[in-house]
Amino acid sequence: MSRADVREVTLVEAVNMALAWEMAQDESVIVLGEDVATNGGVFRATVGLRERFGYKRVMDTPLAENLIAGTAIGMATQGLKPVAEFQFMGFIYAGMEQIISHAARMRNRTRGRLHCQIVYRAPFGGGIHAPEHHSESTEALFAHIPGLRVVVPSSPQRAYGLLLAAIRNPDPVLFLEPKRIYRAVTQSVVNNGESLPLDTCYTLREGDDVTLVTWGACVMETLQAADTLAQQGVLAEVIDVATVSPLDRETLLCSVAKTGRAVIVHEACRNGGVGAEIAASIAEGAFLDLQAPVVRVTGYDTIMPYYRNEQAYLPQVQDIVEAVEQVIAL
Amino acid sequence: MKQRQEFHVDSARYLDEQGRPLDDLPAQANDVERILSAYRNTVLARTFDAKAIALQRTGKCGTYPSVLGHEVIGTAIGQSLAPSDVFVPYYRDQAAHILRGVALCDMLLYWGGDERGSAWQNCPQDLPIAVPIATQCCHAVGVASAMKIRGEDRAVVCCVGDGGTSKGDFLESINLAGAWHLPVVFVVINNQWAISTPRNLQSGAETLAQKAISAGLPGHIVDGNDYFASIEAMDTALERARGGKGATIIEAVTYRLGDHTTADDATRYRTAEALKKAWEADGIKRLQSYLHHSGLWAADKEQALQAECKAAVDSAVAEYLATEPEPHTAMVDYLFESLPASLQEQRERIVRKSATGADGSAL
Ligand SMILES: Cc1ncc(C[n+]2csc(CCOP(=O)(O)OP(=O)(O)O)c2C)c(N)n1
Repeated sequence: MSRADVREVTLVEAVNMALAWEMAQDESVIVLGEDVATNGGVFRATVGLRERFGYKRVMDTPLAENLIAGTAIGMATQGLKPVAEFQFMGFIYAGMEQIISHAARMRNRTRGRLHCQIVYRAPFGGGIHAPEHHSESTEALFAHIPGLRVVVPSSPQRAYGLLLAAIRNPDPVLFLEPKRIYRAVTQSVVNNGESLPLDTCYTLREGDDVTLVTWGACVMETLQAADTLAQQGVLAEVIDVATVSPLDRETLLCSVAKTGRAVIVHEACRNGGVGAEIAASIAEGAFLDLQAPVVRVTGYDTIMPYYRNEQAYLPQVQDIVEAVEQVIAL
Repeated sequence: MKQRQEFHVDSARYLDEQGRPLDDLPAQANDVERILSAYRNTVLARTFDAKAIALQRTGKCGTYPSVLGHEVIGTAIGQSLAPSDVFVPYYRDQAAHILRGVALCDMLLYWGGDERGSAWQNCPQDLPIAVPIATQCCHAVGVASAMKIRGEDRAVVCCVGDGGTSKGDFLESINLAGAWHLPVVFVVINNQWAISTPRNLQSGAETLAQKAISAGLPGHIVDGNDYFASIEAMDTALERARGGKGATIIEAVTYRLGDHTTADDATRYRTAEALKKAWEADGIKRLQSYLHHSGLWAADKEQALQAECKAAVDSAVAEYLATEPEPHTAMVDYLFESLPASLQEQRERIVRKSATGADGSAL
């Protein structure tokens, strides 16, 4: 490429760009799912791919999530690299048996003979006034599964780089796209096929007073909270977990060793959430560095309310600021 | 009212229970070598099976699902598949695995609790055994899609039990196979039982083969204890699939002569008369009688074959029992292609525990 191909894109456009890049480079990459071909996906993440790469590589499947998850497994054992889309994470559950019992286990089960290089993509999270079942954040269900990576981008750049990495990763990746920020911001992304590393947290902002740990759409509110806190003279380090499983504990513990305080922010329910795992890791690995208990700002342990009440459920900037004030006061 | 469409499900059987032809035999009956090799395989599978059960009973193998009664259809599947085809099995396909080149020792390792039992060298593309019922059907259509995308003339055979046909996985997969015109053959091993649930409680449909109709596929019934019916159906369906003509469903009617697994007791739900009657239709005996009637077999040949099978199984058992367990680190080493940092520490813990015997291993 002679001229740098830089584009101002949204997160969902970055997903499309990464898919198109990799499909052009590697003809074993194929896309399948409900409405992904002719319609370009319900969020238009796959728009234009069918025209460019044809029906053999961009396939509209019947409406059967279990089948989508399992068909991708069969394809992967033949050396294809399927990127399978679920329209919403709330409909992935029919496919969980395939993902958990087969995709995540194939390499181990066959002692490396077969493996599943698959990306399962699903939009997740609340905040877009969607109907029931469309807004939950249930990443913790999958973070518990050995053999499966759970990756959550938080910006267009991250979506581009992490999706490329996920497609190139030889093991199955659940790629959860925070749909609340699908179109919230645009960012310059260099379309040069460069991936970003998986299994690592990203430090978005440095600070000495408190570590704010988050991922996905909550990165927005967390960064805003950090701005507010800075005006009060509190310097927060903000960490985007990015790969929710396996977890990069090292980066988290190093940060807590520096700041002595941690607030974890996620929109999923608190009970059994990924935040609990992070808090436990900090308790085990950095207890003596802590100057205050680890605090979580999360959704409630309730069913995600319908959209009239969803803002009441989602963590707000003020919730994060107050949690930080609480740990700083100690 | 106008009739929109008419359907039929045909059914094939060539030998009576005494192994006598009921009709003109199919062309496959001219291949004497293949028939003899099929017979040998059925006897080997049965010999293996008895030994695996004995090993389980003496605490040397884990819970094991017997293939007793399925040897003929399994053999037909194994013979009809080309090496380049892909086999997608369920957990009672021992007879087919042997023909795919899976070592008897590997089969013991698998049921004996060692993952290396699925590291098959001779059929590297075959999928490992699927334990969750019918999930493998989705994998089969995925494999077949890959073949179709690449324009290959290969095909897939997927086995599923009669109970498995009740699951969405099966129905979703046959639906896709019809919609995408995929090179796959689904073999429904109808052995009359899903643990204790009899076939008639599994579905109100007259036949399981007719489920093919809703998917736009041909569905055939064969007597799965009849070698000629089985091999003819398999050869035809695979040829059709490889030739780009689409998928087929074959319902192979057979009977599970043993318990569901070594953890089951079939006398709780099955009568002795039903079992006795099923034994009268045994496919191995039927094939052997056919060979006798045709002058292709004799008592001394049978004796030699039994001895040969016993020797093969004994040697596999010896190899299995002498196989050292894998290092405990194997449980993390095959999880991902490379070890994530978060597992590094856990791997070190495994190494430490192994070194001190603190993990229960004898030092
Ligand atoms: C999804 C799922 N549910 C339940 C089981 C427990 N189970 C193991 S075998 C079996 C019966 C299967 O019957 P069938 O499909 O007819 O095959 P067969 O064992 O008779 O060969 C059941 C219910 C399972 N393995 N998977």
